Amino acid sequence: MNAPAQAGAIAGRGPLGLTGGPARPGPARVRAAVPGASKRTAYLLGAILLAVGLLMLFPVVMSFLSSIKPPTEASAAPPTYLPHSLSLANYVKVFSYQAGLATYVFNSLAVAALTILFCLVLAIPAGYGLARLYVPGRELLFLVLLLPLMIPYQALLTPLYLAFSKMGLANTYVGLAIVHTILQLPFSVYLLRQNFEAVPRDLEEAAKMDGCGDLAILWSVFLPAVRPGIVTVVLFAFIASWNEFIAALIFMNRETMFTVPIMLVGVRLGHYGAIDWGALEAGVVISVIPCFAIYALLQRYYVSGLLSGAVK
Amino acid sequence: MRSAAKPIRSRCAGLIYVAPALLFVILFVIYPLARLVGLSLTSSSLLGGSKFIGLTNYVRAFDDPVFWQALWFTVRYTLYITPILMILGFAFALLTAANSPLSRFARSAIFLPVVVGLASSSLLWFWLLDEQVGLINRVLLDLGLIAHPIVWWIDPGLGLWGVIISIVWKVVGFGTIIFVAAIQGIDAETLDAAMIDGAGYWERVWRIVLPLSARSILLTTLVSAIGSMLAFDQFYIMTAGGPRSQTFTSVYWMYQNSFIYFKLGYGAALAIVTVVIIFLGVTAQILLTRRGART
Repeated sequence: MNAPAQAGAIAGRGPLGLTGGPARPGPARVRAAVPGASKRTAYLLGAILLAVGLLMLFPVVMSFLSSIKPPTEASAAPPTYLPHSLSLANYVKVFSYQAGLATYVFNSLAVAALTILFCLVLAIPAGYGLARLYVPGRELLFLVLLLPLMIPYQALLTPLYLAFSKMGLANTYVGLAIVHTILQLPFSVYLLRQNFEAVPRDLEEAAKMDGCGDLAILWSVFLPAVRPGIVTVVLFAFIASWNEFIAALIFMNRETMFTVPIMLVGVRLGHYGAIDWGALEAGVVISVIPCFAIYALLQRYYVSGLLSGAVK
Repeated sequence: MRSAAKPIRSRCAGLIYVAPALLFVILFVIYPLARLVGLSLTSSSLLGGSKFIGLTNYVRAFDDPVFWQALWFTVRYTLYITPILMILGFAFALLTAANSPLSRFARSAIFLPVVVGLASSSLLWFWLLDEQVGLINRVLLDLGLIAHPIVWWIDPGLGLWGVIISIVWKVVGFGTIIFVAAIQGIDAETLDAAMIDGAGYWERVWRIVLPLSARSILLTTLVSAIGSMLAFDQFYIMTAGGPRSQTFTSVYWMYQNSFIYFKLGYGAALAIVTVVIIFLGVTAQILLTRRGART
């Protein structure tokens, strides 16, 4: 058992997480998947793993390297692999692009924040009610809440657009956040219901003995207990909203209300004819930073959410 | 007194907690869906004017070559990309399921693009695949694999594959992470027993790992296929539907009619067709999830 990685595709049990996820029960044993596999196989496997990893990182790394080339080098044909000289000119350009990057980032953040708020305000009570309280027709109502999964939101954009225009919600943060909430609500309710169901009965009983009402119990007993679920809901709502494209494209048609992805497409279309590749790569890098940061910090929640939310 | 009042109170309480979310779904999903059905029976236009025309829009869709072309293109895209995603995802899962530092690194790298937005990843690959400034062509030229740069976006076939490459990069980690969980959840005793009985590595994969991951694979296949049938962002950004409307997807053709040509009624009919197709897929998915949750 000296080489854990020895052709050991299915060997090795333990934490699933990418750098330490939720521990899984079971004996922590490491076995060679192929008995008698040679050292050469182990090296080969290692080389494949390294190659696959680097290949997957290649586009992002290259995009970053390209973004710090001087603009002329970034648009050079054929392209250079590594920057010959470094420059932040592309970033400077993106910062002052059209209404200014700050505006677009703020728009994206505002919509994401509202989406998170709406998801929590709707899904926490719903998840709690479905898991812990008597609700007539519980499963039917649950199915209704999962309806946005069955009806693609892309199809609803026309009627929503017409209604929002009439209500003055076109080109507003609230309007787009509502659409993003439609997208995320089923997952949020599903996940939180599961989380609320997992809270032990006796915690609830003790609070009831003390004469607490449902709302007080929800606040003081349940919310702390389901915190991981809430973090996961927030995380997914943020990433979904930050990245969402088609609704943002339709609902935010005023330049100053664009979110980051819509602004990026503007750079791609190249308002002055030619595409500014350096600025485009700088924009791509900026657009992925929040996602990478959140993923790096909250990987555990992200992966657990992904696994529990197979329904999503 | 408290005990007498309780049943009624808690009966209402439960509903009150669920009510806001329920109201939200009624207001922003069910009502718009009803509007959509109504809209599809009219000649509505964003430019004004609306008349009830019955099923005319559906008949028109039936006679619209671009509708069929877009639907067939979307189905083809789904049929090509789903097996690639599943097979590659499962291969990556087998490769990285062990917890050595190197497989953790590879797993992280495989999963990283999943958190990237579709717009960002599409723009990234639009650049990488460009015939002049793109690095993919530079690499292929330097390796001597091609003599001239590949011009991806002038040919619908090549364009389709350009998009598929970019989406495989972006999405493959989703399946991988789910399959790794399935593989790691397999009882070690079972594998040990098989190994003692002399089953080789591939035999164990084929006879044990694959059957025991079957449900995960089926679910991921459905999720993935549904996502592909709704493809829009990647085509809007990379091929812009071209050349000659040959890379429109169903959702793209719907968007094009509703928001570019302002034909709301016709766009609504196209949307209803999409809803029906996706509804069937998701219903299958939910039935599978729920049955799995019980067993």
